[in-house]
Amino acid sequence: MNKESFSYYSVHHSKSSPILKDCLFAFIFGGGICTFGELLFNLYQMFISSESDARTLVSITLIAITCFLTGIGVFDKIAKIAGAGTFVPITGFANAVVSPAIDYTAEGYILGLGAKMFIIAGPVIVYGTVASVIYGIIYWLITL
Amino acid sequence: MSCFDSLIRFNKEINVLSSATVVGEREIEGPLSEYFDITMSDDRFGEETFEKSETQMVKMAIECALKKSRIQYSDLNLVIGGDLQNQCVAHSFAMADKKIQYFGVYGACSTMAQGLLASGILLDSGHFNTILCSSSSHFSTSERQFRFPLEYGLQRTPTSQMTVTGAASFILSTSYTSGVFVRGCVIGRIVDKGIKDANNMGAAMSGAALDTLQRYFAQSELGEKDFDLILTGDLGEEGANIVREKAHLYGLELGENYMDCGELIYDRQKQNVCSGGSGCGCSAVVLGGYIMDRLQKREIKKVLFVGTGALLSSGSVLQKLSIPAIAHAVEIERK
Repeated sequence: MNKESFSYYSVHHSKSSPILKDCLFAFIFGGGICTFGELLFNLYQMFISSESDARTLVSITLIAITCFLTGIGVFDKIAKIAGAGTFVPITGFANAVVSPAIDYTAEGYILGLGAKMFIIAGPVIVYGTVASVIYGIIYWLITL
Repeated sequence: MSCFDSLIRFNKEINVLSSATVVGEREIEGPLSEYFDITMSDDRFGEETFEKSETQMVKMAIECALKKSRIQYSDLNLVIGGDLQNQCVAHSFAMADKKIQYFGVYGACSTMAQGLLASGILLDSGHFNTILCSSSSHFSTSERQFRFPLEYGLQRTPTSQMTVTGAASFILSTSYTSGVFVRGCVIGRIVDKGIKDANNMGAAMSGAALDTLQRYFAQSELGEKDFDLILTGDLGEEGANIVREKAHLYGLELGENYMDCGELIYDRQKQNVCSGGSGCGCSAVVLGGYIMDRLQKREIKKVLFVGTGALLSSGSVLQKLSIPAIAHAVEIERK
């Protein structure tokens, strides 16, 4: 078999991910996390008058819980089932920073932990910032 | 050494004195757990880093193989070993205080087959009498090196394979005798079928396995049915099924006697391992544990072991290059 036909065959032969099941779990877990966030928001509003402070505190709480669950080795097991459900909310970002931080401590605090901490989250920050600049320019042009 | 094209048949009797296997937690949960010599429920093996644990596993497998052969370190002329860590450091550290001649080899999942055939050729040359052949991989060291941090939450694609935490050692000799020997070998050629998906290494390696099998059977007096077992390692379910489906195009008739180490090592229904096992340790522990046991118990006589390797690097994948693959064949027989 030549390269092209073998490559074509292998792509069509390979089992694809169970999309329907993955979507369903992503919806349940992702929705669950967001509902939990809303509950936290309502709870915090009982004690904090500022709405933006309460929302920030919700993010902080979700990040803290994710860091803890990643640290004790539970988060990746949940994510295996939840997929995009834990990946898309702020939990995914927190896990992406904490997991390399744990892993690369063995290579030292500077060139290990410090350098490798943003190995996955780095591109998100770079392109997130770039996207926000572009959005800002468009917004500025529209409102001129 | 008699050569007719690429099939090498050894003139001397290359005896397999012993094999020893060490495996980790996930492998014990698999169907072959009873065939392994040393099992560890903690993948750290009492060490502070996973890299050190792999070195520890290599040392344990070597010690165990020597013990089973009832020979000393000083009886070995050479050690040939390899693993998946950059520059094969797991073996370099394991051999650091041994003062034995050492060859480091890299063939990804085909490392054990590469080591066995190199040992056979070197022993046949008469320059060596006894060679130890070793190979290892560790799930956590390869995840860190090739993929993502261990605690990173992601879903695996169904065609991906799990790196086996395992080490195996074989002792081959022309001066001591045993019931099992290596009869011949075929050195593989690089086969690049243009597959670029690093999560589908089974497909990339299946082309190489078919190429080597075709070359072997084109030159050997033995047919597919003469073997009790034709064993590839380790294509996983995905790659092994490609071999089964495409064998006829290569003039091969593979039946029930065809198996794959990546499929054998785990229970794919219960263990959530996607397409199966991979890594230098996978075919090494399946051959060293399960297959050697069956040979010694006289359940099987002739085995054609085809070690397959996906020779990609984490950089080549990012540069969107295809995966070059290789397969080496080793004929193992019981007297």
